Amino acid sequence: MFNKKWTVLLLTLCLALVAAGCGSNNSSTGDSGNGGSEGDKVTVNFMHLWPAGVSAGQNKIVNQIIEEYQKENPNVTIKQEVLDNEQYKNKLKVLSASNELPDVGVTWAAGFLKPYVEGNLFAPVDDLLEGQLNGKFVAGTTEAYAIDSKTYALPLEFNIAPVYYNKAIFEQLNLEVPQTYEEFKTIVKTLSDNGIAPIALGNKDRWTGSLWYMYLADRIGGQEALANAISGAGSFKDESLVKAAAEVQSLVDSNAFVKGFNGLSNEEAKSEFLNNKAAMYMMGTWELPNFTTNEEIPKEFRDSVGFFKFPTVEGGKGDINSWVGGPGVGLFIGENSKVKEESKKFVEYFVTKWGEQSVTGAGVIPATKVDTSTLELPQLYIDLFDEMNQASSITLFADVQMEANAAETHLNMIQALFGKAVTPEKFSEEHDAAITKGK
Amino acid sequence: MDKVMSNKKIIALYVLPALLVIMAVVYIPIILTAYYGLNEWNGIGAMTFIGLDNYQALLTDGKFWDSAWHSLLLAVFSAASLIIYLAVAMVLASKIKGANLFRKIYLIPMLLSSVAIAQLWLRIYHPTNGIVNSFLESIGISNPPAWLAEPSLVLFALFIPILWQYAGFYILIYYAALKNIPASLVEAAKIDGATSMQIAFRIKLPLIMEVIKVTIVLAVVGSLKYFDLIFVMTDGGPNGSSEVMASYMYHTAFRAYDFGYGSAIGFFLLVICLIVTWVIRKLTASKETIQYS
Repeated sequence: MFNKKWTVLLLTLCLALVAAGCGSNNSSTGDSGNGGSEGDKVTVNFMHLWPAGVSAGQNKIVNQIIEEYQKENPNVTIKQEVLDNEQYKNKLKVLSASNELPDVGVTWAAGFLKPYVEGNLFAPVDDLLEGQLNGKFVAGTTEAYAIDSKTYALPLEFNIAPVYYNKAIFEQLNLEVPQTYEEFKTIVKTLSDNGIAPIALGNKDRWTGSLWYMYLADRIGGQEALANAISGAGSFKDESLVKAAAEVQSLVDSNAFVKGFNGLSNEEAKSEFLNNKAAMYMMGTWELPNFTTNEEIPKEFRDSVGFFKFPTVEGGKGDINSWVGGPGVGLFIGENSKVKEESKKFVEYFVTKWGEQSVTGAGVIPATKVDTSTLELPQLYIDLFDEMNQASSITLFADVQMEANAAETHLNMIQALFGKAVTPEKFSEEHDAAITKGK
Repeated sequence: MDKVMSNKKIIALYVLPALLVIMAVVYIPIILTAYYGLNEWNGIGAMTFIGLDNYQALLTDGKFWDSAWHSLLLAVFSAASLIIYLAVAMVLASKIKGANLFRKIYLIPMLLSSVAIAQLWLRIYHPTNGIVNSFLESIGISNPPAWLAEPSLVLFALFIPILWQYAGFYILIYYAALKNIPASLVEAAKIDGATSMQIAFRIKLPLIMEVIKVTIVLAVVGSLKYFDLIFVMTDGGPNGSSEVMASYMYHTAFRAYDFGYGSAIGFFLLVICLIVTWVIRKLTASKETIQYS
């Protein structure tokens, strides 16, 4: 705790310095007498989570867009504040409690968004959606940010979660991409018998395991059973969903996941996959750059990464083209912002430019429609992009969909399920209880 | 000067700035926390006053008592490890060769940030490439446990870096206290024919008793509100088997967005720490302070 206090203190100090710096800057340009010809000077505060160190590609694009925007609108200054993912979430929380949210910031969909909307902190952006941006978004993306038929943020990314696999390892053991869950289990067994960890999973982070459960639930019970259970219209006690939970445990029993997965973070698990120690890794398409363009990862490895769709389960209701995924982060505008109009304009500009640049610059899949045929892109990217367009349905990540309290129960239960600390029945009961309580 | 210092107004003037700061950053937040604990609040919207419901729920919350048990275990281990630190400090203080170097070596973990220590030990405990398991495998243990993923082991696996982290701090305190003992006392005892064991137990220990009492309180209270390494290394998992009171508070407030309940836990934690401190002071109170001069 002590450390944290100091970090916050230092941060505040830095902010104060930055603010002071900007202040004097503004007044000096004011003195030089630009006059009122360009309109009043406006500063838009923009808080985001792409630090140059962790998300180099995204960071570059953000800076590029801001630079261009400032050139086109010389009276606007965009002031950035960059934080790491988890820190960002905490800071947003603290700022909202004291009603000091930035003018423009990054948010997640559904459950995360809800308390902010209920607290009247985010401005609706429906006017933007009906204006220039009309029809530009991939279907189903903006809906995740809508509450009571009003949309409160504009999505930037769109992700689905395939199973990536190491082609070299598969070839070595004469394995083929599985079409059915039975084949998948055979692959797991073969890999395990040959001393290779079949699946890299960092379940300390819990949402990683949730992906596996969600796919099994989807393939066994069908997309609707899962969606209804999460929304509270159905139940997790549905036979097929309990069966999915039991299936997770039988995967654990067959040593499908890396050793100690419940104590490993996603990053640690990923490095098992990157170091050829695990053969498969289920993760969102945000990892694509690491398997395509990221120079820091050996080309030999990047070339040997393929992906497959989660196989169908015999007798299950699920469709192989049904995906787990959803929009990643989106941009919100502070309801109490003093420069709301300027902020809206900036967001509109940002979203459009982001769509054009993030494909090539960062290798992520944007939420806006892109024509990939004119761009030169890695094959893996194009294949996944096409899969996404053929998707029969996309179920939003469970922990994003649920309200914070229920999501926390879900994630804890996932870890317990994988760790065999609860039975599938208990797992389902706890879920239903948490979801009913949240209503 | 004496005149100035006896002027009540001047005293007030000197004390005031520090008092205001400590009020603003410590006491007022504590009172506010207690108040938030009386409300249902998600941290953003409006608060609803619900009286003592949160505190009542806390008393029957199995997860909270589990975390309290883990914190208590940590406190017991920290307090017990003080004996080792004391022994090390005694050896270092008795003019052995290289004492200076060792003192610095023991202190180094103190200088590292908790996050760095956590990262270091995450690698040490890594289930397949970690130094611990590599070693165990090399001496023929075929399937060493995944230390941080095994609910029955994880808590003890975490205790080791936590105790290691603070070793230097306590050794330094004991070392300083032992160095404060006048050499004449020890020499006099030697002349009277006391063995080094007798010197340690009959002369040195009683003389630094006050310091030992303080360190016990520090170790126990520090353990009860411990957070850093656990947060980074396991995040309370797996299945809550390494959850301590402070991490449970954090998860409730910042993950589940239940700030009212989280605040109640925070305030309760404070109350527990106060009670424990008071009990320790009572138990260790001695009627007379020993002096040999």
